[in-house]
Amino acid sequence: MLIAAVAIALGPYPLGARDLLGFLVAKATGAATPLSPPAETVILQIRLPRVLAALAVGTALAASGAAYQSLFRNPLVSPDILGVSAGAAFGAVVGIFLSLPVLAIEAASFAGGLAAVVIVYGIAAAIRGRDAVLVLVLAGVVIGALFGAGVGLLKYLADPYNQLPAITFWLLGSLAATNPRDLTSLLPAVAIGLVPLGLLRWQIDVMTLGEEEATALGLDTRMLRIVVIAAATLMTSASVAASGIIGWVGLVVPHLARLVVGPAFVRLLPICALFGAGYLLAVDTAARTLGAVELPLGVLTAAFGTPVFLWLLAFSRRPAWS
Amino acid sequence: MVMSAPRLAVEDLSYGYPGRDVGQHIHFTVDAGEVLCVLGRNGEGKSTLFKTILGLLPPRAGAVRVDGQPISGWAPRRRALAFGYVPQNSAAAFPFTVAELVLMGRTAHRGVFAAPSAADRRAADEAIVTLGIAHLAEREWLRVSGGERQLAVLARALAQEPRILVLDEPTANLDFGNQVWVLDAVRSLAETRGLSVLLSTHHPEQAFACADRVAVLAGGELLRIGAPVDVITADTLRACYSLEVAVLPVAEERYRVRVPRLYLQ
Repeated sequence: MLIAAVAIALGPYPLGARDLLGFLVAKATGAATPLSPPAETVILQIRLPRVLAALAVGTALAASGAAYQSLFRNPLVSPDILGVSAGAAFGAVVGIFLSLPVLAIEAASFAGGLAAVVIVYGIAAAIRGRDAVLVLVLAGVVIGALFGAGVGLLKYLADPYNQLPAITFWLLGSLAATNPRDLTSLLPAVAIGLVPLGLLRWQIDVMTLGEEEATALGLDTRMLRIVVIAAATLMTSASVAASGIIGWVGLVVPHLARLVVGPAFVRLLPICALFGAGYLLAVDTAARTLGAVELPLGVLTAAFGTPVFLWLLAFSRRPAWS
Repeated sequence: MVMSAPRLAVEDLSYGYPGRDVGQHIHFTVDAGEVLCVLGRNGEGKSTLFKTILGLLPPRAGAVRVDGQPISGWAPRRRALAFGYVPQNSAAAFPFTVAELVLMGRTAHRGVFAAPSAADRRAADEAIVTLGIAHLAEREWLRVSGGERQLAVLARALAQEPRILVLDEPTANLDFGNQVWVLDAVRSLAETRGLSVLLSTHHPEQAFACADRVAVLAGGELLRIGAPVDVITADTLRACYSLEVAVLPVAEERYRVRVPRLYLQ
């Protein structure tokens, strides 16, 4: 909440705490706002959507990261592992390349993410009799690379004056272009993805014991895997469509959350959502206020995430994996 | 007179992987409260046999029945209410506590979306107390000793309230004392709760310590099955392990030790 208030206040058009408070009170009581019309526009049309988008994307990436990590029994896994991010990015780049309307670009991103996960899961299902998780992860890496190559090809073919900068900047990860309409697809997608993860929280814990033990304990692992992957993929695709590829959040945040509250998903999920939202909002606010020019969000999360992750790797007292 | 069906019946079972039988025509039963110990050298497929009985691998041929009912087609939940499984290497990927791990044993008893109920927590606590590891409940499962870890997995299987316990080499990697504690716990669970127990081991003496009957797997077939005193003989061990062994009685024939003849020369 505090980060959100600060984030709304900060920016090229400065707003004081008194302005914000007055605005909130006025909205709550229905009185005329004490703010000038431009200030109100800044809050409602630019800052608020962006803050909400940052919260939603952070929640989505961290929660889906936690879900993938539990499902694949590997704390070093992230939404990228299934090629989801790359697939969603490819879908969106196709949309930009064909100069489709924004809504179609978002739909293409969903389609790309889901296609990636379906292909990866299909490959893993076709190659039976080996370590299922290993095959799945390797298939994800390979398919991710393929979609990455597809993105490269489209960048090569793209119009270098309009499309190429748009694609490149969007791929770096940014919430700069967020408008209220983006939220109408982002927020429901994140909510729809979170619900099954929340409902299945106890089963997801059992899944971390591995396929055989989980089955022996009475779990329908196939069904659970499909539902969890679908939910996490939906959230990841929606985030990629809204903000490009923002790496590291889905990897580092669940890791930190696990150090704080332990591995049980019933506590891990809400803490991940909270940390992820707060973290991304803080980074996004930094991205647009630190320099004279706005920094790409994905670059900053990587710059923050890498050292944190290396520090965890080197000094973590609790071995989260063995 | 109607004969009651055995708790667990393995009927002409062939097990293995696609395109390859590991074992064939395995036939045995285990009654309620009975402990059956399975011996066999490495690669005989004891783990594969157990996984097939548990329904984790499809049988190549034959059937498994619980209380007379064929279990093929049973959903995982129904199987889990019949069988508790203690795998050879249980490895949690994340640092759950012993209490959390044992509580996972209750999965089959609650709805898909449900949180553990008070009854679930009671059953888990009771299992932890039964196996004497209450002092470990809040410790990380990965950080307790090997024997304590095995007792925790056993507690999880107990919390599951199954009719049959399947333990795949429960004493592998345990020191001498821990081996004795774990087997003693298994034995008393069979006696006090009427659980049927199927366990595999590499130590023939353990059969004398805890089993009612012993089954010996060799060459992909059931070589012998019967009371430990009858089955664990120099002949059987020679056939099973290609080793000359003296089997010597201790404590008025109630227990026997086997000593490789190499050591007696």
